Amino acid sequence: MRYKLSIGRRLFLGGNVVFLTAVSLGCLMPLVHIWALSLSSGAAASAGEVVLWPVNFTTAAYENVFGKPEYLRAFGISVQRVVLGTAISMLLTIVTAYPLAKDQRQFRMRTVYVWIFVLTILFNGGLIPWYLTLKTLGLIDTIWALVLPGALQVFNVILLLNFYRNLPKELEESARIDGAGHLATLWKIYAPLSLPALATTGLFTMVGHWNSWFDGMLLMNHPDKYPLQTFLQTIVINLDFRFIKAEDAELIVKLSDRTSKAAQIFVAAFPVLVVYPFLQRFFIKGIVMGSVKE
Amino acid sequence: MNAIGRWWRREWPLHAMLIPGLAAILLFSYIPMAGVAMAFEKFIPTKGLFGSPFVGLKNFRFLIDYPDIGRIFFNTIYIASMKIVAGLLVPITIAILLNELGRAWMKRTFQTLVYLPHFLSWVLLSGILIDVLSPSTGIVNQILGAVGMKPVFFLGDNRWFPYVMVVSDVWKEFGFGTIVYLAALTGINPTLYEAAEIDGAGRWKQTLHITLPGMMPIIVLMLTLNIGNVLNAGFDQIFNLYNPQVYESADIIDTFVYRVGVEQTQFGFATAVGLLKSIVSFLLISTSYFLAYRFANYRIF
Repeated sequence: MRYKLSIGRRLFLGGNVVFLTAVSLGCLMPLVHIWALSLSSGAAASAGEVVLWPVNFTTAAYENVFGKPEYLRAFGISVQRVVLGTAISMLLTIVTAYPLAKDQRQFRMRTVYVWIFVLTILFNGGLIPWYLTLKTLGLIDTIWALVLPGALQVFNVILLLNFYRNLPKELEESARIDGAGHLATLWKIYAPLSLPALATTGLFTMVGHWNSWFDGMLLMNHPDKYPLQTFLQTIVINLDFRFIKAEDAELIVKLSDRTSKAAQIFVAAFPVLVVYPFLQRFFIKGIVMGSVKE
Repeated sequence: MNAIGRWWRREWPLHAMLIPGLAAILLFSYIPMAGVAMAFEKFIPTKGLFGSPFVGLKNFRFLIDYPDIGRIFFNTIYIASMKIVAGLLVPITIAILLNELGRAWMKRTFQTLVYLPHFLSWVLLSGILIDVLSPSTGIVNQILGAVGMKPVFFLGDNRWFPYVMVVSDVWKEFGFGTIVYLAALTGINPTLYEAAEIDGAGRWKQTLHITLPGMMPIIVLMLTLNIGNVLNAGFDQIFNLYNPQVYESADIIDTFVYRVGVEQTQFGFATAVGLLKSIVSFLLISTSYFLAYRFANYRIF
């Protein structure tokens, strides 16, 4: 059925589209500007000629950045932590959520365990005791310091266990009758059926690892071991001189001119830009399914 | 076989599956929790938790006696409350406007674009903001210059800095914030709109009397859950954007504690402030959780 729209309504709809276009472009523009800067010549960038399209197109900034072993090494450490961190995190979350999704009848101590996990959201010892614990465990300056401490995200466990609970009970019962144990039920039924929720938590874990910088700064004692975001934070963006050795001075000059900075920011943002639109459908579904309950 | 044996035989795999998870939170959450004791010590790393001298509430005294402490608390609460309010109003408005779009592909495209900043770290966004807002070369000041205004040093001027924080935070997060509200909007019964239309209500009246009341539970919920953040003004953002020039308006509890506690290795002091903060946050979160349960009937698990 189609109504004839009133003039006021049509004006509103038109205005709405214009307004939302402006808002969305506002979210995109700063990144486009950085992209344009990264592909412009240094002279055009300092003269302020670059707006949303490269001026005097050149890939010099990218050649400069990718020619720096320091940048590539930091990039590699980030890739390493994303792969290791996401794999360990997902495994741990899948396995931990399963028993907690059982009801009281099947798993009598469930509530006790749930509280043990949830308490860690409510209380924490703070930064310093956390750091000293990691130091005692000998994790400082190793990749494991970036991977293990955040491996179990209780929020993700809760999201996933709510998802498990909404799956039909009959599936589990029929698997049981066919002779499947808990592990088989988890791997063959629960895990495949919870793909939307797993994609959601997986995406957030990946992006979280890629984006995190503070732990690298705190737990790594030398820029050689920094993941990319920490490297950018200390060496490129904030120029924190306490972390910089005299022999690095030349590197800093090369990496800190405007177009090089722009190129590094864009390279660091690129993997995220590529990944998130594809998983958008999953994560909306995943978030909503975990949060809305009957 | 007795009852306990049967129970154990049935349930042991479930217990066993929890072992890795329990080990993780034991090592990385519960053991550090015990370290809170150093809030009451003059902690000396070489002497450890048990060897350092006990000083009672001296670390808390130091915080209260610190000359700039009023300023720091004010900055924290000022910036955080503005973020909470704006972070609620903007996503709700945008969600309602997105919902008015007739075509699904338009809605999807806009959504994808507004989610973008959420997925970038504050390190990258601060790099972008520092460039864009630079008083000499930044594009924003070039535009201001073109319309005849003087350049503004957004990140170096105490009058501007807090608002730049609020605006840039809202810019980063509003798109992602719309997800929850859009979900609430799809949950509103469409027959309500049909009935209202027959009764002669226009689109605006429908928004006012159906859409907003329909979203109320989730709005109350988000508000109450965010109240716990009133002492979190955003460490990642401010740490990456501030500089000594704007400490007066930008220094918040977290950045202050980082500078004094970590950089000057006042470990006992940093832990004391952390403890104080988590007590306040815990009280606020439990109060607001209780309120959310009471008024929006929401439970987390």
